[in-house]
Amino acid sequence: MTAHASGDKRFKILEAHIKKFQARQDALIEVLHKAQELFGYLEDDLLLFVAHRLKLPPSRVYGVATFYHFFCLKPQGAHTCVVCLGTACYVKGSAKVLAAAEAAAGIKSGETTPDSQLSLLTARCIGACAIAPAVVYDGQVAAKQTPEMVLAQLEKWREPCKATT
Amino acid sequence: MAAKTLKIDGRQVSAAEDTTVLDAAAEAGIRIPTLCHLEGVYDAGACRLCLVEVAGTAKLLPACTTLVAEGMEVVTQSDRLRRYRRMTLELLLAERNHVCAVCVANGHCELQSLASEHGIDHVRYDYRFPRWGVDATHPRFGLDHNRCILCTRCVRVCWHIEGAGTKNVAGRGAKSFIIDDLNQPWGDSESCTSCGKCVLACPTGALFDRGSTVGEMERDRTKLEFIVNAREKKQWIVSE
Ligand code: SF4
Ligand code: SF4
Ligand code: FES
Ligand code: FES
Repeated sequence: MTAHASGDKRFKILEAHIKKFQARQDALIEVLHKAQELFGYLEDDLLLFVAHRLKLPPSRVYGVATFYHFFCLKPQGAHTCVVCLGTACYVKGSAKVLAAAEAAAGIKSGETTPDSQLSLLTARCIGACAIAPAVVYDGQVAAKQTPEMVLAQLEKWREPCKATT
Repeated sequence: MAAKTLKIDGRQVSAAEDTTVLDAAAEAGIRIPTLCHLEGVYDAGACRLCLVEVAGTAKLLPACTTLVAEGMEVVTQSDRLRRYRRMTLELLLAERNHVCAVCVANGHCELQSLASEHGIDHVRYDYRFPRWGVDATHPRFGLDHNRCILCTRCVRVCWHIEGAGTKNVAGRGAKSFIIDDLNQPWGDSESCTSCGKCVLACPTGALFDRGSTVGEMERDRTKLEFIVNAREKKQWIVSE
């Protein structure tokens, strides 16, 4: 198995980072930091990936990830929007994309809307610089995002709830 | 290995340098109350029940994780220590929901017997009545978080003796709890070998054999000791 089955480039970057630490078990916290930086939050999949790579029991990885307030496991929201603030994306205006999303959702990055519909997160270079600014919607990387596009996506997520209320 | 001489409760004791105060005291026939300590499994110093006074230090030190030193003077019984131990036990009782009358471990619980040994007939702190659940997904065992005192004995036997590493502690402070793998139902755990060591290690009624009713959860700890001795010391002995 190389990188991750999903082919997500972020796993490759994480893999390289793990190699930098010679996959040392005591580098767990550093690796989790990098993982969160890349993905915005630590999903079960990601924790398992880290556990396998460092040859640690999943329970240990989960224990450490939940001990530190810094780490964010599954975001509370039904949907997640991760805006990349890495250099390439930033230069191409991802800060404006984030600001638009924050204004529309009425929350800051790292927060979840009170109705638990949306969690807004940021990441630092997700390995998609060629398509900057990149935003990850529910795990799907989207290319060349503008404030209008992020607003359209947030609106789309909102619709089904509108229909039910 | 160099031997150290020290005094425990006024008694002259000598012990190898890598001995804990707890073991040195036990060797001399002095019993210090413990909860998280489990013979043969590395110590975590989690419960603070084994605190002792050491001359020259204002702080109380846990006997289970403090090594002997030359000329050390240890006191294991004093009014101050009894006060602290009582307080620790009361806090443990108040933290979750210990309703002994309906507990599977009633009569065989280390927390309960230590509480009665320390004359605790009521708890001076407000009970927190947290809402914790019961994991009854494993075919043979159950975990009632309401009775867990987070001693981590289960975590340590599972990790170091069984080698499965199924159990660990998630979260921190009052919100910590015992998990299996990635905080999934115990029954879904891929790493658990169903060896039952965690159940044997648990001092309270938190971990239990399914199907046991009130007071039935009496553990044969010698089984666990046998395995621990075999794996750690390569000694296959049945303790009398
Ligand atoms: S039954 Fe054995 S392997 Fe399973 S959690 Fe308990 S100690 Fe670990
Ligand atoms: S389940 Fe039992 S052994 Fe495990 S931490 Fe809780 S009280 Fe201790
Ligand atoms: S900076 Fe955003 S993908 Fe590289
Ligand atoms: S037995 Fe020493 S801290 Fe628990």
